[in-house]
This record gives sequence, structure tokens and C-alpha cells, in this order.
Amino acid sequence: MTRHIVVGLGLLLAASVTSAGSAWAGGGEVWVSNEKDDTVSVIDVDTLEVTRTIEVGERPRGITFSNDHSILYLCASDSDAVQVIDPDSGKILHNLPSGEDPEQFILHPDNRHLYIANEDDAITTVVDVETRKVISQIDVGVEPEGMAVSPDGKIVITTSETTNMAHWIDTASQKIFANTLVDQRPRHAEFTGDGKELWVSTEIGGTISVFDVASRAEKAKIRFEITGIHPDRIQPVGFKMTDDGRYVFVALGPANQVAVVDRETYQPIDYIQVGRRAWHMTFTGDQKLLFVTNGVSGDVTVIDVESQKPVKTIKVGRFPWGATWRPGK
Amino acid sequence: MNKLCGRALPRVIFVLFTAAISVFCGTNSHAQTADIHVTIGYLDRIVPPPPVLSNLDPVPEDEGIQGARLGVADNATTGKFLGQSFELVEASADSDDAFLAAGAGLLGQTPFLIVDAPAELLLALSRLPEAEHAILFNISAADTSLRSESCSANILHTIPSRAMLADALSQFAVKKRWTRWAMISGDRPSDQLFAEALRNSAMKFRLELVGEKTWKFDADMRRSAGSEVPLFTQDFPDHDLLVIADEANDFGRYVPYNTWLPRPVGGSEGITPSGWSASVEEFGAAQLQSRFREMASRGMRAVDYAGWLAARAIGEAVTRTGNADAGALRDYLLSDEFQLAGFKGRPLTFRKWNGQMRQPIPLTHPHAVVLQAPVEGFLHRRNELDTLGLDYRESGCSAFGYRE
Repeated sequence: MTRHIVVGLGLLLAASVTSAGSAWAGGGEVWVSNEKDDTVSVIDVDTLEVTRTIEVGERPRGITFSNDHSILYLCASDSDAVQVIDPDSGKILHNLPSGEDPEQFILHPDNRHLYIANEDDAITTVVDVETRKVISQIDVGVEPEGMAVSPDGKIVITTSETTNMAHWIDTASQKIFANTLVDQRPRHAEFTGDGKELWVSTEIGGTISVFDVASRAEKAKIRFEITGIHPDRIQPVGFKMTDDGRYVFVALGPANQVAVVDRETYQPIDYIQVGRRAWHMTFTGDQKLLFVTNGVSGDVTVIDVESQKPVKTIKVGRFPWGATWRPGK
Repeated sequence: MNKLCGRALPRVIFVLFTAAISVFCGTNSHAQTADIHVTIGYLDRIVPPPPVLSNLDPVPEDEGIQGARLGVADNATTGKFLGQSFELVEASADSDDAFLAAGAGLLGQTPFLIVDAPAELLLALSRLPEAEHAILFNISAADTSLRSESCSANILHTIPSRAMLADALSQFAVKKRWTRWAMISGDRPSDQLFAEALRNSAMKFRLELVGEKTWKFDADMRRSAGSEVPLFTQDFPDHDLLVIADEANDFGRYVPYNTWLPRPVGGSEGITPSGWSASVEEFGAAQLQSRFREMASRGMRAVDYAGWLAARAIGEAVTRTGNADAGALRDYLLSDEFQLAGFKGRPLTFRKWNGQMRQPIPLTHPHAVVLQAPVEGFLHRRNELDTLGLDYRESGCSAFGYRE
């Protein structure tokens, strides 16, 4: 294990050297929402240490930065608000109206509209972050959670856990224009960078459905198999895609593994051991490192993307849920 | 029927609960195009709870039905995106004859019936000619015999059997190495059935039952438990766990902390296996609990959860097949295709040999889940959930025509 860490850190150093010329030079910070501590942990990417712990509203879950990384948005689910936080000072600037029990959200590429899943109310709320007003509420299925926006901003997806659907929302009209069934308990959705595919993970179904966006037909279904782990415990939740179009990293919940899926063949090609109940994840800007939240073990596993190996485990608060990255100064 | 007419006004209550919304929102790219309307019946035999010593924790009168209502509302929310609507028609009766008459009436309207009734009455209902092609969902009768020699092909069970509950407690005891049990059981028939399930389970998991007593006090234990229970438990041989079979929660509540030896208590009191408890919160269960509490103004109980599962099983089958025919849905429910997410961290399915819904069993006390069975390490070649309750070879049920 020690040797792995040394090797990993070596790679990490190499990574920072090679990326020195890029806009994302200087590792930046990873922000992690701790669902059962009402805090956010800030991890310095260069030192891989927690440098700040910020008190926020109740039951923080969804977490994302504005496009220029100057503002942090945070779903404080039990405070029934989206909190707007200055990441430099850690101060809460104001709350946005969010509907009840906001769990997860997505910021539209226009940097202005937040689409928020209201888990208890079967609603997706659209908020204008400038006027701080709700501009639309859209009826969706029971327990909406996963949120995604197409790269061109035309389509927003809400997945609902008990209804087992992806709802396709037209952002021009703020209306649902299609619904597609997926397996049991969908959790997370992402469009591919070219906008041609939509991926949806289903926790209890144990699958990822890949849809062709143009036809909305399911073109692939990905299943996972790990020796020694019962299929029922392999529960895909959060996932992220590399920009080079090669890999998708998938957190498998209580299997305590992250799967690496080949985007061309739709096959899992490797599994990486992480902490207990792997949930969501974020890349650093240069995509050299991947930070995975482990809810039950209360820590974050840092994975070196190139070698697909874990390099460090960082203790954070209780039940870390979401993670997001911003560049350094 | 003549007999029924001769009785003094059997009380039959029909209530129409409409969770049916047929607003069509958008289109679905799957095959379902034709609108489908599904009526689900709910039939309750009102049974006054037996007298108990404590006035705490009365059994809510709307137990079961509130879960079914929530399940139908969930179905309706899902269905509105697919042009499917769901409606719950409720009936309850305070006599057996009125119950069967109401059942026949409901079966004239729908083949899907969620039933809260004792085992014998459930079986009588299942034998009605009107029930021949129906699917009855048992949400309250835990009798293991209904999953074995007395099984019926038109009954599916969403409530766990006593065998499943007892096996969950046994697995926990094995993990803790609390292998010597002493048992106190009540003298009501249901207590004796639970005691039998615990005895069988102890044998199955190689636990040792070192002593057994039947609770026969009729003194008011609120005044004398402190002095009576130590004496009552004094002559048990040494044991690791004191197991209580007291389904009405009558005397069991006076046992903990009053025993002769300082020993943990489990079964109907202390660490309790059940299909559901208000203290379950993992696997997204907090969401179901809060939706239920908002609707019913109380915590969700095992019978409520079984009612919710039954309604959701029907909804899920209709949604996936785009069909509301009872025969087609029964085939689907018993197939490998069907699975239901029930906030227990694993897909729930039906056993093909006896119609029992496989499900994890939380072991709880009033403030937290201690553990959820199947306990890690109890393996099964088919499904770990089949380490709980009657496996294929243990079940004497042949009505489902399933062979391995």
C-alpha cells in the first residue's frame, strides 16, 4: 500500500509538472459536501489535505461552481434552500429559493439557470440565479434526483428514483417532451461531451443505460460483475466521463469499487477499490486526478486517472455526498 | 348469502380513493401508447386488537391502507407520463361474511386485490369463484403455512413470513455469537406460531434453546413487573439472548431490564425483526418515511409497507409490460424480469415456488436499525435473500407448479 502511495505521488508530481503550462496549473481545490455534518470540506489538490471546513445549511448534498468558479452553489436539502457561497471567504452570500428538499441540481451552460430536483415534491424547479426568482416548476416523477444538461443547453434531464424514468425537458419551453423508462432507482445522468449520448445509472437495477439523444432509443446497457461481490451489492450511482472520450468512471456504492468503463465498447474494463459506499466524484480540471466520496467510511478516495490506481484516502466529514473542483489562484 | 341477509346489518364500508390522474405529459419513446386504467381493490377485515396491559402504542386503525394509498399515488405519478392511471377502491368489513361479500364485490371490479385479513379468511377469499383468475396480495398474515402446505396460487405475499423474521434474528444471533437462547412466549395462537418459528429457526441455524416458558400472568405488569419478572426468569439456565414471542406487544415491554440475569432481549421486544419500522432510514428510506408521515401523520409500520409494496408491484408490472391483464401481470411478477426497488438496498422479487416477496429484514429497536438481514456471510447459491424463510426445498407449496 505504501509503495502504491509513493508511486501515486510520483505520478502526481509528474502530472503537475506536465500540466504546468495549462490553464489549470496549480491543482486548485476540491469541495466536498458532508451530508450528515452540515459542512463542506475543502481539499487542497497539491497537498491532498483538508485545509478548511465550512459550516453550511442542513443536509448539504448537490454541490457545483459557477462557470467561472467564483461562486459555489450548494443544495442544503433540509434547509429547503440552495446556498450561494463565496469560495474565497467561505461566507454564505445568500440563499436562492429552491423548492422543498433540493437534492441535486445542474447549472445551465448560460451560467444563469439552475435546474433543481426537489426530491420530496416530485418537481424540478428552475431558478434564475441573477434575479433570485423561481421561473418555472415542472412536474416530474417520484423522488427526482439525477440532473444533466446537454452541452448545447437545449435539453435538461431529471431522473426520478421511484418512477424509474429519465424525463427530457425542453429548456426553451420548460416542458417535458419525452420520458424514457430505465431500470430500478435511477441516480445520476450525464450527457457525453458531443451531446450525442445520455448515460443514466440505476442503483437497484445495477445498470447504466446509454441513450442515443437524437432518437432517445436505448443503444446500450452496461452491467457490472465483480468476483466475490454479490450482484445486488453492485449499485452504480455517480459517474464521470473523461474529455478524451475514452473512459467513464462509475461509483458502485456498497460494492466499494469504482468501475472503469470503455466508452467505445460499453464494457467495464477495470475496477478500483475505494472506501465504503462510493457515491459521487469529480475530476480536477486537467483530469489527472479523480476524487470519489465514500459515504459510509466518511472519506474521499483520490484516484490517479492515468494509472487508474488509488493514491490517497482523505478523511472528511460524516457522509460525504458530492464533490466539485475549482482551479487555484 | 341468505345467512348474510339474516344477520343484523353487517357493516360494509366502501370508500373511493382517487389517486388517478390521467394528465398526459409528453410522450414516451417506448411502446406504451394506449391509455390504461387500473383499478386496485383494498379489502380490510376489521379485527379489534386484543386487550393489552399498556395503553402506549395503540395499533392505528388505518394500518395497511395508508401504505396502499401511498403506493397507488406513486403509481399514478409514474403513470401520468405513460398514459396510465391508477385508482384504489377500498372496502372494509367487521364480520367474516361481510368481508367475503365485499371481496366478491370488489373482485367484480378488479382482479387486483390488496388484503389485510387473518390467514383463514384470506384463504376463504382465495377460494371464491370470483378469485380464480385474480391476484390477491397478502399484506398482514405472517403465517408460514400460507407459504407452504396451505399456499394458494392466487395469493402473493408482500408481508414477510414468521419464518423470515425468525431467521433474521437467528442470523444476527450467530453473528454476535449469542448462541444460547431462552424464550418466553405468550399463550395467544399468534404468539405460539411465532414461538414455533423461532424454535425452527434456532434449529436451522444451530442455536441452542436452553429454556422456554409461557407467560401466563394476569396481574397488571405496570405495577409488578419489577418484582415478578426477576423471579419468572430466575430459573432459566444461563443464556446469551432472551427471546420474546408476544405479537400483540402485551407483556414483552416489561421484560427488558427486569430479568434475573443482565441479558439482551430480542424477538417481539428489544431487537425486533420486521418487514419495516419507522426507524429504517438507510437506502433512501428516509424519503419514503417522510412521504408516508406527511400523508398519514404517523410512522410507517410493517403492514403499511407491505401495502405500499403490493400497490407498487402492480404499478411496476403495468408500467413495464404496458398491460393490465391479470394473467399477463402474474406471469411478469413471477418472472426473472420483475424487480422492485423497495428502499432496502436490494431489488425485491417474488419466490416462484410460493409467491413470497423476497426482502431484506431490518432488525431494529425504536430508535435505530441495528442490522439488516441477510447478515453478511450467509450465502445462497440463488440469492442471499433466500437464506431468510422457506427456501424451495423447505416449502411444501406445490400450487405454483414450480420445479427446480
